[in-house]
Amino acid sequence: MPRTPFFLALRPLRPLGSAPDPEVFHPKRGSGDLDLGPVSRQGGPMPHDHDHPHALLPPDPALRVKALETILVGKGLVDPAALDEIIDIYQNRIGPQNGARVVAMAWSDPGVKARLLSDPVPFLQELGYYGRQGEHVTVVENTAAVHNMIVCTLCSCYPWPLLGIPPGWYKSDAYRARAVRAPRAVLAEFGVRLPEGKAVRVWDSTAEMRYLVLPERPAGTEGWPVEALARLVTRDSMVGTGLAREPGT
Amino acid sequence: MSRLHDMGGRIGDGAVNPADDTPYTQDWQGRALALTMATEELGTWSIDSSRHAGERLIPHDYMNFSYFEKWLASLADLLVARGLVSEAELRRGAAAGVSGLADRMLKPGDVGAMAASGAPSERSLKAPARFANGERVRTRRPARNILVDQGHTRLPSYAAGCVGEVVNCHGAHVLPDSNAHDLGEAAEPLYSVRFAARELWGRAENPDDAVTLDLWESYLEPEAGA
Repeated sequence: MPRTPFFLALRPLRPLGSAPDPEVFHPKRGSGDLDLGPVSRQGGPMPHDHDHPHALLPPDPALRVKALETILVGKGLVDPAALDEIIDIYQNRIGPQNGARVVAMAWSDPGVKARLLSDPVPFLQELGYYGRQGEHVTVVENTAAVHNMIVCTLCSCYPWPLLGIPPGWYKSDAYRARAVRAPRAVLAEFGVRLPEGKAVRVWDSTAEMRYLVLPERPAGTEGWPVEALARLVTRDSMVGTGLAREPGT
Repeated sequence: MSRLHDMGGRIGDGAVNPADDTPYTQDWQGRALALTMATEELGTWSIDSSRHAGERLIPHDYMNFSYFEKWLASLADLLVARGLVSEAELRRGAAAGVSGLADRMLKPGDVGAMAASGAPSERSLKAPARFANGERVRTRRPARNILVDQGHTRLPSYAAGCVGEVVNCHGAHVLPDSNAHDLGEAAEPLYSVRFAARELWGRAENPDDAVTLDLWESYLEPEAGA
């Protein structure tokens, strides 16, 4: 192992794949830290907006990703089989079916619902629905009086372990720009019209807290098993741009 | 004042297209996401630095790149900035040699565990939270990083200088304004603060509508003024 590069020596790392350890991950920060100056370029104290090494790569995105992958594989930093595995896992194992099952369980069991609304992470861990981009979760409940809707105006934060990789519209400028100012107009574009008396609560995901909407349970589903209920729970109903399906639709 | 990523409330984007409902429309996009996740595992940058790299794309690139093109560009920039890849390697499209960090490479067998693990941002609360639920607070104005001029912050411009009500404290969380710039985690209490839509926009689609944001303690002061 060569000696530690300067940037590793300088910066405290956020733990990857470990529980928070407040004793270890509390580096001291003094005023002198602000003098790092040009030592740390990217993300360092003095941002240089003219730095753009990416322009050295081919402009076509498919060629660009190929070139970057070739370099990183050549450097021994990336295994192409691991990339295949990442794509496969988020295509086939981690997706909105996870969130739909959680919602159906909450509809079926008041105890589950109470846990989800008060402290969801331990319960999600029991189900195996914990992980990357879902370390901290808040579940917000739709009622006859309130409709909740989730957005990330600054980037595209989304509860991956429960809903997978976000759809194109969630990452679009139009959604990010408009969901906070005109949520009812956006809902109409999704075919959802709310009664005047129902309040809209938009949650802008500005921190590492990820949000899941617990949609209202459709009428006429009393006594349904969890698996049947889960089929009524759409991805959009858990982001708040949709409602759960009515039985028979 | 703000950068282009800070687009909440912007006017003129037109309708959302609900039919654009898949994570990717082309294979390279999934590859770009996977490449980003795999290199993140090398452990040389935090999610805050990574977000900041995306935000630092020059306006021309930010406006013209599609979503995953932004990821790719900021990844290439980060790799060079952190010394993992050289500009010469980018130019040549080939590695000049094996990296000293090759022993950290994500292996295919570890991908499942990686996805199921996380990097929690919560830390122990060192001092009592300053604000209680129900308290009215005012956000910093203008929205900016006070540690680093023109630096990363998670206070959107549309909520700067607005008064809202604390609805929850999530405990102490790593402060992105510090961590994105390698100045330490500087964890602070993080609050959900609810703002009436009328407070944010001057008018509301409906008088009862509200927007809730997660905001760090240093972004806030009591409504009456500190």
